[in-house]
Amino acid sequence: MKILPPVSISARGLLPGRWDLLAAILVFGVIVILADESRSLVAPLATLKSNPLSLSPWALPEYALRTTLRMLAALIVSLIFTFTYATWAAKSARAATVLIPLLDILQSIPILGYLSVTYLFFLALAPGRVLGAEFAAIFTIFTSQAWNMAFSFYQSLRTVPPELEEAGRVFGLSAWARFWRIETPFAMPSLVWNMMMSMSGSWFFVVWSEAITVGHTTITLPGIGSYIALAIQQRQLSAIFWAVAAMLIVILIYDQLLFRPLVTWADRFRFEQEQNEEPPESWVLTMFRRSQLIDAFAAPFKQALRWSYRLAPPPRVLPSMPRNPVWTRAADIFWYGLLALLILYAVWRVFLFVSVGVSLSDLVEASLLGLATMVRVLVLIGIASVIWTPIGVYVGLRPKLSRTVQPIAQFLAAFPANLLFPFAVSAIVTFDLNPDIWLSPLMVLGTQWYILFNVIAGASGLPSELRDAGANFQVRGWLWWRKIALPGVFPFYVTGAITASGGSWNAAIAAEWVNWGSHTVQAHGLGAYIQDATNAGDFHRIVLGIAVMSALVALANRIFWRPLYWYAERKYRLT
Amino acid sequence: MDAPELLEVRDVYRAFPKPGGGELSVLEGVDLTLKQGEVVGLLGRSGSGKSTLLRLIAGLAQPNGGTVTYLGKAVDGPARGIAMVFQSFALFPWLTVLENVELGLEALGLPADEIRKRALQAIDLIGLDGYESAYPRELSGGMRQRVGFARALVVHPNILLMDEPFSALDVLTAENLRTDFLELWSEGQLPIKGVILVTHNIEEAVLMCDRVMLFSTNPGRIVTEIKVPMRQPRDRQDPAFGALVDQIYVEMTARRDKGPKLDRIAGTGFAMILPEVPVGLISGLIETVCASPYNGKADLPDIASDLQMEIDELFPVVETLQLLRMAEVEDAEIRLTETGKRFANEETDERKRIFARLLIRYVPFAAHIRRVLDERGSHTAPKSRFIDELEDHMTPDMAEQTLSAVIGWARFGELFAYDDDTGMFDMENPA
Repeated sequence: MKILPPVSISARGLLPGRWDLLAAILVFGVIVILADESRSLVAPLATLKSNPLSLSPWALPEYALRTTLRMLAALIVSLIFTFTYATWAAKSARAATVLIPLLDILQSIPILGYLSVTYLFFLALAPGRVLGAEFAAIFTIFTSQAWNMAFSFYQSLRTVPPELEEAGRVFGLSAWARFWRIETPFAMPSLVWNMMMSMSGSWFFVVWSEAITVGHTTITLPGIGSYIALAIQQRQLSAIFWAVAAMLIVILIYDQLLFRPLVTWADRFRFEQEQNEEPPESWVLTMFRRSQLIDAFAAPFKQALRWSYRLAPPPRVLPSMPRNPVWTRAADIFWYGLLALLILYAVWRVFLFVSVGVSLSDLVEASLLGLATMVRVLVLIGIASVIWTPIGVYVGLRPKLSRTVQPIAQFLAAFPANLLFPFAVSAIVTFDLNPDIWLSPLMVLGTQWYILFNVIAGASGLPSELRDAGANFQVRGWLWWRKIALPGVFPFYVTGAITASGGSWNAAIAAEWVNWGSHTVQAHGLGAYIQDATNAGDFHRIVLGIAVMSALVALANRIFWRPLYWYAERKYRLT
Repeated sequence: MDAPELLEVRDVYRAFPKPGGGELSVLEGVDLTLKQGEVVGLLGRSGSGKSTLLRLIAGLAQPNGGTVTYLGKAVDGPARGIAMVFQSFALFPWLTVLENVELGLEALGLPADEIRKRALQAIDLIGLDGYESAYPRELSGGMRQRVGFARALVVHPNILLMDEPFSALDVLTAENLRTDFLELWSEGQLPIKGVILVTHNIEEAVLMCDRVMLFSTNPGRIVTEIKVPMRQPRDRQDPAFGALVDQIYVEMTARRDKGPKLDRIAGTGFAMILPEVPVGLISGLIETVCASPYNGKADLPDIASDLQMEIDELFPVVETLQLLRMAEVEDAEIRLTETGKRFANEETDERKRIFARLLIRYVPFAAHIRRVLDERGSHTAPKSRFIDELEDHMTPDMAEQTLSAVIGWARFGELFAYDDDTGMFDMENPA
């Protein structure tokens, strides 16, 4: 399968434009407003109670189902968001100037960080209290999925081959019909791929979001995540083991019933005309196709869509000149004026927020801790690279082996690593190890697999003629690694490392501050800072922590990963 | 001819805004009519605006000036009754052959059984029987373009627009498809009344068209119209056929001082837009013309068919030879100059020296880069500076193309070196 880079990297520009800055202000304005409003809500909700959880393994199927449904609900919301937001951005140049930088900023915000803020907000909004918590959890998972899906859809819409659009117009398809018959199908393979990546990342968040404490408020939603939280509280390793097993099964079922069929189905929409050497297969999809159940189910929808095409006006000629300049001007003034007002308001709220409770020493503290976390992420990505790159090359050059290992690596990347934290933490507590060092590996526990499966993909795609040429000239040993293997997999490695490092930043919030029963183990870092602030219900420090972490992530992307990615693409991509 | 007029194009002008301001015109003062029963060819090099004209007729874009009228009505969008066949086929890979063909009928809102009936008829007519449920990626190029034809014919258009429909196919497949199409057309089996064919293949134009409009480049204009009087089916071996092909070659290579500007390198001095012609092709053509049976001079049509080159490939090489004064062209005959002959008979090192001298003398921008490097103490200069200078005269795309042509030639002549990683020009070559 083609491995795509995270969308925040594939943009070319290195320097932030003024729109990036404005987008950042808008996003943080919203977070500040939510945080401000939530502060007053902490106390009255402190009594939230739901049914007590059970640690019996027999309760797990129901919890697993609840967790899965939350995930599915979030995926549907993400899809709706994708189809509206990305389409708007692709169709309106005016809207795109704001919407795309917004996505870029949103992508760099650590999801676990603002969880506490959104929780209280949704609890206040929703009529029933548990329902509000459900909304908040789904919203959190949604934010971990939606941005890259929307970005990929936007990019696809912008790159529909012009001759397909022309053919659609010549044969009289309206804009509405072209969207469903040309643009959406064209975008489908990359959208499905990004859905998979999103899901793979968001198991981590769904598990996390089920049990959270903000200040004095503890919210527990029945699910695998809260089951684990209870098990940690009661120090029950056996229960944790059961939960891990249940999670494995859930991911397997999800893969078989949802994603494999989706990927196989989306393969039809690939635009490259060559026959895929090995088209993906899915027994579920084959079953549905043969039974024609889907056909029968989809027929009324297809018919409805077909009727809707006729209601839309026929295609029109593209004007050679811009439309009436006066109107364009007026619309510009209205749109940018509205934005200016919003941004001014956001600036005002941020200013108020900062002036009340953020001091320079707070900022310095958060920045220094941020640097500590950054060093940790870089060092661990480095270590993971040294370990997994040679293994990935070894596996990738052996087709039989890589057919077995590749799905396992992808599977491990999807597995929520935080379920495994208790094992590590109980060991740290037992042997009294230094948390600054020994908590760090947890950050890459779930994300290192991206490096492995990308390198495997790169090595197995290495043209056999290049390998033969190497063998023919007797290139061996270190020379072979330096001149053939490493350059060959480099673009793939970079893609994997970027994904891994993005995930590790998010994991830092979960990995730098962990507890085991009444023991708390804490490392020095920005993740622990945010987690600490969340436990204390200190919204000023939460927002400050999020802002510093987003800034560091954005900075690392711009000055390190993006240039590296494009260098790899230019110099080492084999086409 | 008193056949009714299907389409009329009057004084059409089309331009794009240049990045630095101003406009770049791609079509100027174009007049064209299409009458019932006619096949009209638009023949020219790439960049002559013929595809743009086709898109104006299809209602995909609007002219900045002038009018396009179809059956007496101004074209203000894709019109019913005008269908198009695309160079790259433009089939929807996620639809089967049948679904691709049905697409245009569905947009017309016909009842389902009518759609199916007509689609099957078209598939039958164009020889795609048995392929209905195949996906385009399972088909060969020729079969894919047949789907393209079936999809266009099924809507029973009055006018069929063809945008280089055979140029993505290999020679045999293209000929097979052309013959089949002409047979159906001359037997009156096709549900169409007129055809406009865009092509850069001279023989194809003479084979298929009743009238051929010759386009010049930069900007695109119709320079002349050539009538093809022979009846279908036409024979490529017919002397009249060969004479017409020759005549078009002569028209297309006519020298500037004798007639209207046709396919020559555009611009002078720094404004020269250079084609990216590899040195291997330049020396290859010189050697071929120098050797027997040509012995220093050759008819371009002969060379073209000998080397299996389309004019889009051949003309840029010929123009480069003219630019470097290694050959002259008159009446579609290429003749090597003394320099050209010397180049042909020398070894590599001497060839490099000759080539470097010619570059300095006749390619002002190459001489300019060399001068800048000589004058600077560091003997280096960034690419961006030269691109900026070129963009004063041309679009960014043309500037990139021109600079990369100069770099390619200068590397052969060892005039200067360029490092793509750093984007720097310098005088050093790795020792």
